[in-house]
Amino acid sequence: MNLRAVRAIYCYELAKAWQVPIQSLAAPVITTSLYFLVFGSAFKAQLVAFQGVGYAAFIVPGFIMLSLLTESIANASFSIFFQKYSGTIYEILTAPVTSLELIASHVAATATKSMALALCILLTARLFVRFDIAHPLLTLLYLVFSAATFSLLGFIVGVLAKGFERLQVIPMLVITPLTFLGGSFYSLNVLPEFWQRLSLLNPVLYLVNGLRWYFYGVADVAPTGSWLVLASTFVLAALAAAWIFSVGRGVRA
Amino acid sequence: MQQASAISLTGLSKVYATGCAALSAIDLEIQQGEIFALLGANGAGKTTLIHAICGIVNPTAGSVRVAGMNVKDQPIAVRKKIGMVPQELTNDALERVEATVKFSRALHDKPGNPALVERILRDLSLWDVRKDRVMTLSGGMKRRVMIAKALVHEPDILFLDEPTAGVDVAARQAIWALIRTLRDSGVTIILTTHYIEEAESIADRIGVIQRGKILLVEPTHRLLERFGEQQLAIQLAAPLTVLPAGFARQGLQLTPDGRQLVYTYSAGNRQNQIADLLRFIHEHGIGVLDVQSRQRTLEEIFVNLINA
Repeated sequence: MNLRAVRAIYCYELAKAWQVPIQSLAAPVITTSLYFLVFGSAFKAQLVAFQGVGYAAFIVPGFIMLSLLTESIANASFSIFFQKYSGTIYEILTAPVTSLELIASHVAATATKSMALALCILLTARLFVRFDIAHPLLTLLYLVFSAATFSLLGFIVGVLAKGFERLQVIPMLVITPLTFLGGSFYSLNVLPEFWQRLSLLNPVLYLVNGLRWYFYGVADVAPTGSWLVLASTFVLAALAAAWIFSVGRGVRA
Repeated sequence: MQQASAISLTGLSKVYATGCAALSAIDLEIQQGEIFALLGANGAGKTTLIHAICGIVNPTAGSVRVAGMNVKDQPIAVRKKIGMVPQELTNDALERVEATVKFSRALHDKPGNPALVERILRDLSLWDVRKDRVMTLSGGMKRRVMIAKALVHEPDILFLDEPTAGVDVAARQAIWALIRTLRDSGVTIILTTHYIEEAESIADRIGVIQRGKILLVEPTHRLLERFGEQQLAIQLAAPLTVLPAGFARQGLQLTPDGRQLVYTYSAGNRQNQIADLLRFIHEHGIGVLDVQSRQRTLEEIFVNLINA
């Protein structure tokens, strides 16, 4: 195991994020503030509490999950795609670094960035809304595993993407709609029964509700389903990664 | 085999998914500690060949052995021994010179060695810009950064894909000197180049590749001997209309304008001593104004070869 290389790639990827602090940290803080100003404050009077949780507090885990999923995929895919595009990947391909080490270091770096982002959002949200986390350790574990899973997914997207515009397709056309329709900002109870049933087919619903459950101990679905969705996504992504690197698609000709 | 082969290729072929056959059945042995230059036109297969040896390109058929190890079976062990300077300048523009060089060393699982990093940066005249971002450097400096990155993990085999493209004359000489020093310390060097002058001045052996096939492999001096005819042009005081009797037997020819006698020879088959030849001409009462000797350059040899 080439741990020096894993550490070097990990630090290098994180250093890149620090070179653009505005984009990496200021942007999510501002976006979060806007969300809570609009949803949390302006609509406060109109929006009902859900199982004892006020609306503004209710959307905190939803918003964190939405950001974590989209940013993990976007960051991981962009980072590896850009190295392919600019050609800098040659160096890692000619270095004694296995595919597993390459993937692990990238996924760890992206997941770390996503966790920093989640923490930023959490702290910003706390300035606007009062809430307490019921299961802090499980929340942390759940977030780390989600960040890793979706960083891996993003890595695969970046390896397979053939152009910058295609890089946007999965986050824009798949993840964002699924997150918005996955109960990030509402409880399933507010939907007509048909839409409730349809929503249960949406994997992101389980992810969002898993986090909400660890936050407040209440959710539309039990966390068992959330872990099931998360674990199967991870296994599928890992299998896809193994297949890609065994046939050399997208990276080695 | 007297010497150990650093690289041994057998029947190496690469057909890209597009159907383009970049390499066809290449057999090649590169000895340890030699400078091997691969000459070829654009698209001849030079880069694909290098990429196949480094493991960036998976060969369609044939085998690649590096230091006795099959690249397919032991890719990681092979890559530890290889340093590679790619053709394109693919630095991460935001990165700083020293940091990117150290990064390369870590990638190859080598512990930090500031003294070595300093020596390499100094050898490549990069020490003064070590804190600068790579994007702020000139093209020639960027190329030297790539070379530093390839050297910093102390490879046994170094690939240089057009190492001096876009590098000024002084820096080119410095790079050549560095390549020779590396060879003398036992590193095997394989370089591709368009610059015949480069191959001629630093390579121990030259391979010519065209359309994915190796046309020939010869030690540089023998290639020059074999194909490098020399010509002696003797400028006459007064033009001649016909070549005097007996001159053709001496290997002399008259140029169409009648002003020059041309004697063509190669180092291997020299018919006359130059002095004897001039005496012969003098004895026939022909005045000589000037004598010029000219050697065919590798460039002419190369052009003749690939047009053959």
